[in-house]
Amino acid sequence: MTKTINLTLKVWRQQGPKDKGRFETYHAKNISTDMSFLEMLDVVNDQLTIDDKEPIAFDHDCREGICGMCGCVVNGRAHGAEKGTTLCQLHMRHFDNGDTIAIEPFRAMAFKAIKDLAVDRSALDKIIQAGGYVSVNTGGAQDANAILVPQEVADLAMDAAQCIGCGACVAACPNASAMLFTSAKVSQLALLPQGMPEAAKRALNMVRTMDELGFGNCTNERECEAECPKEISITNIARLNREYLNAGFFSRSI
Amino acid sequence: MALDAKIPGGPISEKWDRHRFELKLVNPANKRKFDVIVVGTGLAGGSASASLAELGYNVKTFCIQDSPRRAHSISAQGGINAAKNYPNDGDSIWRLFYDTVKGGDFRAREANVYRLAQVSNDIIDQCVAQGIPFARDYGGLLDNRSFGGAQVSRTFYARGQTGQQLLLGAYSAMMRQVAAGKVQMFPRREMLDVVVVDGHAKGIVARNLISGEIERHAADAVVLCTGGYGNVFFLSTNAMASNVTAAYRAYKKGAFFANPCFTQIHPTCIPVHGTYQSKLTLMSESLRNDGRVWVPKNQGDNRKPDQIPESERDYFLERKYPSFGNLVPRDVASRNAKEQCDIGKGVGETGHAVYLDFADAINRDGRDVIEKKYGNLFQMYEKIMAENPYEAPMMIYPAIHYTMGGLWVDYNLMSNVPGLFVLGEANFSDHGANRLGASALMQGLADGYFVLPYTIGGYLTGTPKADVTTGHKAFDESEKQVTDGINRMLAIDGKRTVDDFHKTLGHIMWDYCGMARTNEGLAMAQTMIQELRAEFWENVRVPGNTADFNQSLERAGRVADFLEFGELMIIDALARQESCGGHFNEKFETEEHEALRDDDNFCHVAAWEHTGDGQEPEFHKEPLVFENVKLTQRSYK
Repeated sequence: MTKTINLTLKVWRQQGPKDKGRFETYHAKNISTDMSFLEMLDVVNDQLTIDDKEPIAFDHDCREGICGMCGCVVNGRAHGAEKGTTLCQLHMRHFDNGDTIAIEPFRAMAFKAIKDLAVDRSALDKIIQAGGYVSVNTGGAQDANAILVPQEVADLAMDAAQCIGCGACVAACPNASAMLFTSAKVSQLALLPQGMPEAAKRALNMVRTMDELGFGNCTNERECEAECPKEISITNIARLNREYLNAGFFSRSI
Repeated sequence: MALDAKIPGGPISEKWDRHRFELKLVNPANKRKFDVIVVGTGLAGGSASASLAELGYNVKTFCIQDSPRRAHSISAQGGINAAKNYPNDGDSIWRLFYDTVKGGDFRAREANVYRLAQVSNDIIDQCVAQGIPFARDYGGLLDNRSFGGAQVSRTFYARGQTGQQLLLGAYSAMMRQVAAGKVQMFPRREMLDVVVVDGHAKGIVARNLISGEIERHAADAVVLCTGGYGNVFFLSTNAMASNVTAAYRAYKKGAFFANPCFTQIHPTCIPVHGTYQSKLTLMSESLRNDGRVWVPKNQGDNRKPDQIPESERDYFLERKYPSFGNLVPRDVASRNAKEQCDIGKGVGETGHAVYLDFADAINRDGRDVIEKKYGNLFQMYEKIMAENPYEAPMMIYPAIHYTMGGLWVDYNLMSNVPGLFVLGEANFSDHGANRLGASALMQGLADGYFVLPYTIGGYLTGTPKADVTTGHKAFDESEKQVTDGINRMLAIDGKRTVDDFHKTLGHIMWDYCGMARTNEGLAMAQTMIQELRAEFWENVRVPGNTADFNQSLERAGRVADFLEFGELMIIDALARQESCGGHFNEKFETEEHEALRDDDNFCHVAAWEHTGDGQEPEFHKEPLVFENVKLTQRSYK
């Protein structure tokens, strides 16, 4: 049933990358438990605007859990404590009246601060640019049914392909590694026949780029899997490691 | 101005081939001399950027999100149509063409729709080659499902995330070109003006959303792929940042806006449940494959659904439309749901909902089969509604979802401003007065992968190359206009927030220009919008300043444009004295409450020309000629 609750928010405010940043306290009153977390922030921002204060900057767009634009660390957890949920799909019914909630940006060396809760995640695009594609130009593709793909293979590829690129895995990892993100794309394409010809080169280049961008190494902490809003499995990291090793040992292209 | 759609001659099935042959080509070595700006990175913008770069053009691509992978195409759930006829159930290019023209209530351009159906098969081939993990059957072949308005299974899908997978395919192809140095990517930029020099589009002015800097970019052609304007209603299934600004500013620079009153209300969305709500969430139309729509037979029956016996339920779509049943087109399904709620049979706390029930499907196929098909949708429903749809029926209600209207384009997808191309939802061309499910993805990718790469060459070779630089005075003027507009908004320092104005506008649009319209209501709404707009410019409060990451300022600019654009929709709705597809004027209905067209007087595209701020726009007509499909009263019985 719908009810309303009052909350105390400790929100990270940072004017820009050069500002040191600090927590500020706000009171969110009469919050309906049917609201999403971002709708709660909308209410707080409306009040800040009326009170002649600057609203909290935060990224968001689709508000249905698929675009990957939103994401903050809520009480120490990327996207909050609910499993398999983006921040926009986290509803206030999971909080209690009187709770204090700490809200921080996703932090990682490779994610530069922009303002308040918004960070620059373009490093993830750069990882994709290093090989997260099949090299086919538009036109001339053969009939879509010409190559059969076993259903279980397509399903596994789809499991990996669901990644929304939000960066929660990086924020959750003690090493700020982007291995789950990278492995999801490597896996999707390595599993499918269309992606196989470039599988070795792809794994090597994407991992190398990830390292160059300042993401850390994977030390099997499994925090990424626990926080991933799409529940991408770390078996993808195992698959990436296999591809990477195969490429290193057997490929002539390094 | 006479609107020439430049439809090629000859039989409809040969027009595109003939046109492709007749279009002049750009020599491969010369392509690198041309710069093309693409605004927006959804299916249309992403696929266009990648394809143009592969051909050798220098592409500069802009998007408002932090990454091109986040464009709102990503939210499309159900699938993408193609005339592959893999299930051997009677599909063909001709049938897809026919269904789309009929589904659009005979207000689309035949030649464009036929071409769309023709290239639909190439899209699926291309996407599979890119490594998109479409659903497959046990033998490893691609699987298909059914969608509204069709009696064949022609929809390809990747679980309930087809848009995501197709978008990531286009995005990957574009990232490959970024790595190759052929696409230069500008994320977190908002286009605020098209720069027109000697009548030709030669660049854009954009705001860097992080620094607030106003930037100038020149090119030989500009391609707008900036999506639809559903957020004029405030609550819609669109993403928060989806807006009309790019298209509207192009309109103010001389591009005609076609059929702005054609908006689509999607029947299966999660109902509105509070005034704080920021958006509505769609439940894919694919659910109507297995879900049955019903309300209690008796008004005011507020028993729980499981306590209402079969004999006291009204499966109203199955009853009224036995041959299409729950799979009637969206406009028909939406209007019928509204009708049931209006007569007091709506369910849930607000009475503005109908049931979408999976009990029969679960009994027939088993829960795991249903879970495999729709698992993520059921999960999304449960997250929002805190109710398990495997056990209790879903509650759904129509919501604004898509806009068929858009900037007017000819057969080449070029607007009446030479050099300004418009693709995807941002143009008006293919869906008439109502879009069929799984056709938006098809159109976005058709335009970007397979149409623009040919037609843009025709423009570039046929136009003397004018090397306009960003120092041109047209850029000075554009930048000044944009900067003045921003400063004006910041200086108002009023009492009401941007969202507050947006919500008020949304209520006006939904009440008077939504699912059912009347001449009196529309006239009243026009005055209300004018008053609201006047108040906005005196009383809006936009905090912060321009040289900063300022999300309130971004929204203020978009809402300011919606406040003008909403009036244009109403002018268009008032001018179209008929009902068709999503435009339903209560004065024009059949005895069975279906939309009643007036083909003698309104079988045309209404294209509006901006004549100055506060002035009535000028009407231009493109008559629609149907040579291949017979105009009939749509029937899904």
